[in-house]
Amino acid sequence: MIQIHCPYCGETLPELEFAYAGEAHIDRPESPSAQTDEEWAEFLFMRQNVKGPHFERWRHLHGCGRFFNAVRNTITDRFYITYKAGEPRPDLATLLEEDNK
Amino acid sequence: MTRFNALNLVKNALTGHKNWTEQWPESQPKAEYDVVIVGAGGHGLGAAYYLAKEHGITNVAVIDKGWLGGGNTGRNTTIIRSNYLYDESARMFDHSVDLWQNLSQELNYNVMYSNRGVLMLAHTVHDVQSFKRHVHANRLNGVDNRWLTPEECKEFCPPVNIAPDARYPVMGGALQERAGTARHDAVAWGYARGAAERGVDIIQNCAVTAIRRHPDGSVAGVETDKGFIKAKKVAVSASGHNSMVMETAGVRLPLESMPLQALVSEPIKPIFPCVVMSNAVHAYCSQSDKGELVIGSGTDQYVSYSQRGGLPLIEHTIAAISEVFPIFNRMRMLRKWGGITDNTPDRSPIVGKTPVQNLYVNCGWGTGGFKATPGAAHTLAWTVAKDEPHPINAPFTLDRFRTGRLIDEAAAAAVAH
Repeated sequence: MIQIHCPYCGETLPELEFAYAGEAHIDRPESPSAQTDEEWAEFLFMRQNVKGPHFERWRHLHGCGRFFNAVRNTITDRFYITYKAGEPRPDLATLLEEDNK
Repeated sequence: MTRFNALNLVKNALTGHKNWTEQWPESQPKAEYDVVIVGAGGHGLGAAYYLAKEHGITNVAVIDKGWLGGGNTGRNTTIIRSNYLYDESARMFDHSVDLWQNLSQELNYNVMYSNRGVLMLAHTVHDVQSFKRHVHANRLNGVDNRWLTPEECKEFCPPVNIAPDARYPVMGGALQERAGTARHDAVAWGYARGAAERGVDIIQNCAVTAIRRHPDGSVAGVETDKGFIKAKKVAVSASGHNSMVMETAGVRLPLESMPLQALVSEPIKPIFPCVVMSNAVHAYCSQSDKGELVIGSGTDQYVSYSQRGGLPLIEHTIAAISEVFPIFNRMRMLRKWGGITDNTPDRSPIVGKTPVQNLYVNCGWGTGGFKATPGAAHTLAWTVAKDEPHPINAPFTLDRFRTGRLIDEAAAAAVAH
């Protein structure tokens, strides 16, 4: 069972408490009516689908109920880091370097 | 290539089975092909077979980074059915079921297609209403499907628990009698043999690392472990890795790859006469000809390429199987595994042309690609040969995510395909 650290509760808990919420750092368009069909398709449907370190959103559904972000390796399913929503995207190179130590 | 028939079987039996010819030769890539197909699963090999047989295009290579049929073709639970809600899906999957009927004769290879029937159990009032709607929609589309009462379900499949106090009470079921199962490996092997016989090169253990394009944007060929291979046309059919391969050609796809798990039990005597699917509780079960129960689970909720999948899903599936079929609750499971499925937002596939000239894609089959193998391959070959959509795959465009003409089977067909 995957263990996930909730950055709000400060606890590492089984994945059953959490719900996946898709790729992270996709911003909703500021002026929706000015978007073209292509831009809507990109925003709504196109995803990175990364094989390797993946920025994604999770929700601590059966805990505090809050959304947070995470970086997880999609080959091993191991989490590098979880961080609060709204915080800047962590630098991937630094993360991987720390992980190698 | 020696044909399989009674005479050859006897002849080879008398000589100790030492003189059978090989099924397909070990091919090395040529410098140039008319068509290169990326991915040697059932879909890719089938497309090569139909290109050669029906369109006379034999200068074709099917390239795979592993061995043929080693991906999702060999990892699924072999369920074949066509009781889909929408007209577009019904046409696609029923075309496939039509081709399954005599695929063994067509390929001269026993794919062990068995139309033993697929029974989908309804456990709630919502299930009953939605399945009855499916039955009506299917019948309007000429797809066989009928409603069974709980007692009729029990009669058709005796291991089902229809007790009124069951944790998942059976309120009825939808039965498609033409549906069933096939031997998944044999489908890949049969298509590979048929394609190789007609001159197609099958190149295994050679990863396609990138798709190269001409300065005018059209396809030039593929970069592989064994060097560059020139191709007039390229078709990509690489299941969970489709988005990675297509990204190298600059085509973004609305796909997310997730593991779908399955497991098999120890072999037992024949007890399970059909396929039972219970979408509401994620329990899908049939019995293979070897005697193992073949059990399908759900997909993980997150993007992953692990080919293992999460344990909570297996636990849930086993719990559901034990409730719906209490007779199995002491059985031991032998193996479990995962396959990486590529899922679209509307849970319908994308088959056909792409924004890049002479580049074609067959992707997004998600959790339901095996049953579609002949139909997908047949219509993909048409599209590649003629550079235009086949009437059956025409609605399954990439462009539908821009126009909004989605084929939203996700809500209607629940999770399992």
